[in-house]
Formats: sequence, structure tokens, C-alpha cells
Amino acid sequence: MADGEKLLELAAAWVGEGTGVAIATVIETWGSSPCPPGSQLVVNTRGDFRGSVSGGCIEGAVVAEAARVIAAGKPTRLSFGVSDAMAWEVGLACGGEIEIYLEPLT
Amino acid sequence: MRMSLLGRVVRDRRLKKPVALVTELGEGAQWLVYAEDAEDAEEGGERGEGGAPTGLPEFLVREARDSLESDRCQRLQAGGRDYFIQCFNPPLRMILVGAVHIAECLAPMAELVGFDVVVVEPREAFAQEERFPGIELRRGWPGPILAELELDARSAVVSLSHDPKIDDPALATALASPAFYIGALGSKKNHRGRLERLAGMGFDASACARVHGPVGLPIGSRSPAEIAVSIVAQAIEARRGQAQ
Repeated sequence: MADGEKLLELAAAWVGEGTGVAIATVIETWGSSPCPPGSQLVVNTRGDFRGSVSGGCIEGAVVAEAARVIAAGKPTRLSFGVSDAMAWEVGLACGGEIEIYLEPLT
Repeated sequence: MRMSLLGRVVRDRRLKKPVALVTELGEGAQWLVYAEDAEDAEEGGERGEGGAPTGLPEFLVREARDSLESDRCQRLQAGGRDYFIQCFNPPLRMILVGAVHIAECLAPMAELVGFDVVVVEPREAFAQEERFPGIELRRGWPGPILAELELDARSAVVSLSHDPKIDDPALATALASPAFYIGALGSKKNHRGRLERLAGMGFDASACARVHGPVGLPIGSRSPAEIAVSIVAQAIEARRGQAQ
């Protein structure tokens, strides 16, 4: 991840503002993928997000899923790839596959 | 992730203390692993006998420390469970010796790439904060200042002053450290002279070979900003090139 990004600090600040927050982390990639494992995105229940897990292809889907994860209070794993059913909507133009760990702050 | 654990990671980053976060991807249990045993913690504070985090297999502690060392995240399977190790290392540092025009271009570029930048300049006329907004500027001679900065394997040093009495002590201090990148601005002719002076100070050929000079990747840079790009690129290559 880019050391310059203060994503976790931002996540902590969001919690301080009283909004629900989730953290998405790339845990595995196959083939071409712009964000290496460890890349993170933070998102809150207002729909604000910062950081990146794919270079733009799947951020929308991750943000949508985050609302569910925050409501449930439990982490989940998400996979995206060209063979995925979601590919038609959010597919990875680069042709790679990504697995993401999405966890709520509790 | 629990808020208490996030709070610790945020605090550690502020203190520039390396820490690895180990996550068991099934149930979501998490542990923090530090370079030093005694500080390891599970979910924000609990600790087992002897300082080891409770419930975290010993080999995962070792893997987490290896990850910190190599600055790489890892995915591991063990005992039917799936783990991810995330590294939070402090930023790389780049020390610029000489607050010259190229330093004005190089400092913000290096910050953008993720380096913590420190500019060192003994000459009052050059050491002007307004030329380096938001960048740490230290007035004084590079020898003692670089010694204070405790250069480590996450440090880069670039001498830019063109003045041997400023550049040479900086390069000597850098060569005596495990800095991962050392560069010196100047022509090929100047560089030969510099290497001779370093040899005279007792640095052998393999030590002198650590100094990149003329500094920067050969991309035909001409302007100060272009030269800054070539230097940042060479520092990235020094850090990441082996991974290719």
C-alpha cells in the first residue's frame, strides 16, 4: 500500500463522527491487477470512500457490499474476476482476478 | 476489526513503529505482531505467557516478522485456517543534501511517492523554508545531522549541493549505513573525483559502487524537474527492482 495514504487514520476519524466504517483489503491477486495484496480502501455508511483496491473497476461493488458488512457486523470475502457473474457489471478490464477481505470496524 | 486494535495501529504509525496485522480470514480474529516479542498483542491488549500473542501459532509470529522485514504482505494456510498478514512499516525516508533548485522539485515528488523527506543545508542563503513548503528542513552540516537521523535500510540519501565539503561527509555517513539508495549529483568527471576522495577516506571499491553517479536513471533529463523524476525512479528501482 502507499505509505503516504492515511486511510486507517481517516477510518478512525469517521468512527469518531459517528458513521459506520468498513475496511477492504486486497488479500490475493491473480494475473494482471493494478493493486497488490495489502492495498486498502475505507468506506463509510454515508458512501464516502478513499483508497483503492483495483484501480477503479470494482470499487462501486465493494462500497455497496460494505453497507451490508457494516450492518451485519461481520467480515466477509469477495472475489472478482473475468469469469465472475458480476463481471458484466463491474468486471476487471485488465483481465485479472482479485480477492478482497471486507471487515467492519466494531 | 475492533476500534481498539485500529487505535493501536494508528498510534504505532504515528510513532513510526513497524507492526504486522495478522487476520484469520474465517472468523476474523486478529493479532498485532511487532519486531519485539513483548509488545505483541491480541485484539488490542491481551497477551499470553512469555509475551506471545495468545492463540496465534508461533510460526505465524515468525512469518509476520519476516513480512515486516521484507515489507511484503502474505497469504498463508495453516491448520485448515486461512491467514493474511498486512504490514504497516513506517515510510521510507529520503535525505536530500543541499537545498538547491533540483531539491525543490525532488522533495515534493518523493513525498508523493511515499517518502518522508528531510532536506539538509548548512548554507543560510539556501536554507529557506518557503522554498520547501511542508518539508522538514534542517540547517547544519550533513555529517552530524545524518548521524542524528540514524540512517537505516529504509533510508535513501541524495547529495545535490555540488560542493565536496557538503556532499562528501554526507556520502561518507551514508556509506557507513545500510541505506538502500545513495546518489550523488554531478558530471561523470566530478563523479570520478568524488570516488577518488571517498577511496582516500578509506571506502573500498564495493562501497564506492553503492553511490549512484551521475545520479538518476539515464532518461536524458535536462531540467531540474526531469532530473528529479530520474532520481525518484532510480530510488524506486533500488527498492523494488529485485522483485521483478
